[in-house]
Amino acid sequence: MLPYLLRRTLLLAASLLLASAVLFVLLRLLPGDPANALLSVGATPEQIAAVRREIGSDRPLTEQFLSWLGRMAVLDLGTSFVSDLPVGPEISARLVVTVPLTLLAFTVSLLVAVPVGFVAAHRPRSWYGALLNGVSQLGVAVPVFWIGMLLATVFSLHLRWLPAGGFPQDDWADPAGALASLALPVATVALVMSASLIRYVRSAALDVLDSDYLRTARALGCSLPGAMWRHGLRNAAVPVVSVLGLELATTFLGAVVVESVFALPGLGSMLVRAFAQHDYPVIQGVLVVGTLAVLLAGLLADTAQRIIDPRLRDTAGGGRW
Amino acid sequence: MKTPKKCLIGLVVGLVFTLASCGLEQASAGAPPGEATIGVGSMYEPQNLDNAGGGGQGATEALTGNVYEGLFRLTDEGRVENLLAESHTVSPDGLTYTFRIRDGVTFHSGAPLTPDDVAHSIRRVTAAASTSSRRGTLDMIESIAGSGRDTVVVKLSSRSISFVYNLSQVWIVNDAHEDLSASEDGTGPYRLGTWKRGSSLSLDRFDGYWGRKAANARVVFRYFTDASALNNALLTGAVDVVTGMQSPDALALFDGDPGYRISNGKSTTKLLLAFNNRRAPFDRMLVRRAVSSAIDERKLLDSIWNGYGSMIGSMVPPTDPWYEDLTHVNPYDVELARRQLAEAGYPRGFTFTLDTPTYDPHPTVAAFVKSELAKIGITVEINMVTADEWYTKVYRNHDFTATLQEHVNDRDVRWYGDPGFYWGYDNPQVAREVKRAERAGTVEEQTALLRKVGRRIAEDAASNWLFLYPQIVIGSSGVSGYPVNGLNAQFYVYDIVKR
Repeated sequence: MLPYLLRRTLLLAASLLLASAVLFVLLRLLPGDPANALLSVGATPEQIAAVRREIGSDRPLTEQFLSWLGRMAVLDLGTSFVSDLPVGPEISARLVVTVPLTLLAFTVSLLVAVPVGFVAAHRPRSWYGALLNGVSQLGVAVPVFWIGMLLATVFSLHLRWLPAGGFPQDDWADPAGALASLALPVATVALVMSASLIRYVRSAALDVLDSDYLRTARALGCSLPGAMWRHGLRNAAVPVVSVLGLELATTFLGAVVVESVFALPGLGSMLVRAFAQHDYPVIQGVLVVGTLAVLLAGLLADTAQRIIDPRLRDTAGGGRW
Repeated sequence: MKTPKKCLIGLVVGLVFTLASCGLEQASAGAPPGEATIGVGSMYEPQNLDNAGGGGQGATEALTGNVYEGLFRLTDEGRVENLLAESHTVSPDGLTYTFRIRDGVTFHSGAPLTPDDVAHSIRRVTAAASTSSRRGTLDMIESIAGSGRDTVVVKLSSRSISFVYNLSQVWIVNDAHEDLSASEDGTGPYRLGTWKRGSSLSLDRFDGYWGRKAANARVVFRYFTDASALNNALLTGAVDVVTGMQSPDALALFDGDPGYRISNGKSTTKLLLAFNNRRAPFDRMLVRRAVSSAIDERKLLDSIWNGYGSMIGSMVPPTDPWYEDLTHVNPYDVELARRQLAEAGYPRGFTFTLDTPTYDPHPTVAAFVKSELAKIGITVEINMVTADEWYTKVYRNHDFTATLQEHVNDRDVRWYGDPGFYWGYDNPQVAREVKRAERAGTVEEQTALLRKVGRRIAEDAASNWLFLYPQIVIGSSGVSGYPVNGLNAQFYVYDIVKR
């Protein structure tokens, strides 16, 4: 297991480096000059040149990239072009919103998708099987922001149960307030996410229900829930866990949209704003942190898969990757 | 197995909602007057807290007059009055200004206000590193010197009639305070509470304030990027007032509801169809006039702002002292437009590209212009550009034929006196008058000259001024005392009270 983890960690570092380089180059291909975003109407050419010198957008691309990499190696994400404030601390301040939002949405969607997926698979041709299947298809098709606006209209504007947006000024010092602010965003992301997750769980469960070993277990006198619990769940988990890593990335994307709809000060809204202003250090910082999170989630999912499924561990003496 | 799991889900969902509704924030409805917390919703979050270092419109909105004060205050009606300056005198040649500073003023840190602070604050704006949009308006300053306990003397290289007005936009800061981008040390009625980036900024009443204390205890600016989220916040009472509503569709939600008050103030934001006066066919005055006469601005305004906003015939908004109604100069008259076009040598019209910023309302306006001009045989090709491309292509490189753009500042007719400006309007007479106006000895003289400029550019149709945006502030009906005009993006909060 240890050599496997070591190899995977190295691979992760290499992927991160490659992703950073691609990101860096792609950003510079965007039309326009960040210096423009900083100056108002009436700026003189000298002012523009001074700003470009200051933020370094007049230097060669490789030089900019290497100096950025060098600083990133010591965990310095640089300074925002626009606000002139350091990027790192702002990212950590916003993680207290985005991380709980993502993890809560992730957990809720798992709690919903696993039982619902199994129920839908149990009698796929029954009325509830078809209904659940249909609802989950609908959930995949509907855009996140629309669900967010709908939930806000019902639960905030009409029922007045939950705030329509914003986050407490003192963050989690007011846990009830923070949870209240996150309730609708979490529900929004979880709804969309569980819709697609249900489909994976359902098809994995269908495979298991059709399998010989389950029929054998039933023949030996196991009840269906008992057989599912002892033999089915673990087998069904293998394909589901592998998509979970990807789903986490989707949740992050959902958060970008949802944070705007609910005026949450998370990484997503930070990214949207930075893009509008060509604030390269901020965009790079957020995307590198996001890429790292997705890569880590993938590593976690793969490792979990090997723990669940001994066959993966035993192949070719210790496993390939 | 099904039943317990379902119960569990029900339990979790129920728990989240119960917890959540406990935490539902109620605005401080029960607070006694004077102790209330006022929530202000805005689309303009500061980039940082320094208006001379890239803080942008948001820094001005939240902090000018509230946390920082100038020597002078620009009131919501557009008057300039003494604030930190007790009085001032001007030498007969108009080149030396002597300001006497108010006594007994302290910064929030407790340091007393000195002439050196004032000198430092003005130098901050005029410094080479400053990104302040006011820098160009103060470049005639030759020297600034503090003298004695309460006097500041500023020498100018040329007369500047707008000098005092321009100083009203300069924050007086403590010269010992190092970092203004993330913290403050001003003299205003509030000190900065917390700034939660991406979300909110709070101001707490400063009890050591030199003047009349603020009418509320706390103000929280909440920032939004999505207009419907902003509306929801007002509808649920999370904010009490919304500054500068930019979403015409949202007005219908509040219009006619007795729980809200919509105030229709005076804005300084003009939407321009700006011609490149250097380039054919818009180097011909008759062509520009024809285009101006072919577009029904009233219809455009009604369709976009549903009756709010107003028409202007020139660059000067009604809050500038040199305003006059010039909508009659190029009236909407398609027949006239056709004749002018034929006279200019384009009886069959022509085709041109309209560089259109991608954000609202420009795309809608471009489509409207296109359909209006089709009536006189002109074909418009709409080219969408991002804000950033606009700056590079249009503003800096002058590589355009015509463009749409909003100009937000007041008193900015002076740009027509600069032939190097992006629209390339080169009229030596106008340039002379703009320069003379700035060096005028009296406000009357300045006003008369700039009024002439406003009329001349209208007659030349230097640009087509499509309309003046409305300045809409929506508040809950229990809240009063907020500014309705918000000139230069200011939003003074110290008089706001909540019933």
